Amino acid sequence: MPRFYYEDFEQGSVERFGSRTVTREEIVGFAAEFDPQPMHLDEQAARRTPLGGLAASGWHSCAIMMRLIADGFILESSCMGSPGVEELKWLKPVRPGDRLAVRRTVLETRVSKSRPAMGFVRFRFELLNQNGETVMEQTNFIMFGRRAAETSR
Amino acid sequence: MRFFEDIGIGDRRELGRHSFTVDDIKRYALRYDPQLFHVDEAAAARSHFGALIASGWHTAAVCMRLFIETERRIAAELTARGEPAAKLGPSPGFRNLRWLKPVYAGDSISYAGETIEKRETESPPGWGLVVFRMRGTNQDGTVVIEFENAVPIERRPE
Repeated sequence: MPRFYYEDFEQGSVERFGSRTVTREEIVGFAAEFDPQPMHLDEQAARRTPLGGLAASGWHSCAIMMRLIADGFILESSCMGSPGVEELKWLKPVRPGDRLAVRRTVLETRVSKSRPAMGFVRFRFELLNQNGETVMEQTNFIMFGRRAAETSR
Repeated sequence: MRFFEDIGIGDRRELGRHSFTVDDIKRYALRYDPQLFHVDEAAAARSHFGALIASGWHTAAVCMRLFIETERRIAAELTARGEPAAKLGPSPGFRNLRWLKPVYAGDSISYAGETIEKRETESPPGWGLVVFRMRGTNQDGTVVIEFENAVPIERRPE
């Protein structure tokens, strides 16, 4: 039985989830498989790039944030997936040893017109490092089953 | 990569294809997106998706890998002809990522990139911003994923 349904997300609410430390091995491992650019693989080569040193692939930051969100509330919710991501910004490099957390703001909620047993919640997710800096920002809708639909069965 | 000035709006390139196996899907999802319909075949069958599906972040990450591999091939071709290749800078982000259709275990996704926008930027000097629309299409010709990715690309040296 999910703990969180569509009705449990309140517009304007802010919550924090996390944290997770990113290791050099994990950064290089992800990059080797999904984003094999020198700035994500090798410290020496990375120093010669605009990032100035080894940093995680932006897609790795996305993966880490998804894991933090899953553990933070999605796995305990009536989540039915997401249609996508409106906008995502990679703002600051993620370095080996950084400790990352997520801040979630509920921007809006609306029931689906075509499927009334489901609702859309629009979130802003911010990936924060140990200095409280926002390294990545994402805005997207996630779909949740409604508690009202569940209890009326 | 070709230099910023040599890239044309509408230029399109096939990036390659990837088959999403059950093991592939679960390995990514167990680490980075452990929702049940990505990691458990029985639970996925009971879900509204009907069967195991890949994480949308996984289908996007594979596109990135194929983009970089393609970029390396282009750079190698240019270098072999004695021509300089442009470097890619760290992307500021993307927009309009759409997970249009689920990617099921066994699906083979073909990815392509098309230049949709070019923006001259003042800083840092020597770079411009190119926006690529990336698209993944399954074996039935259905578009499953698309997104618009901004990439800084070096300008031709003076």
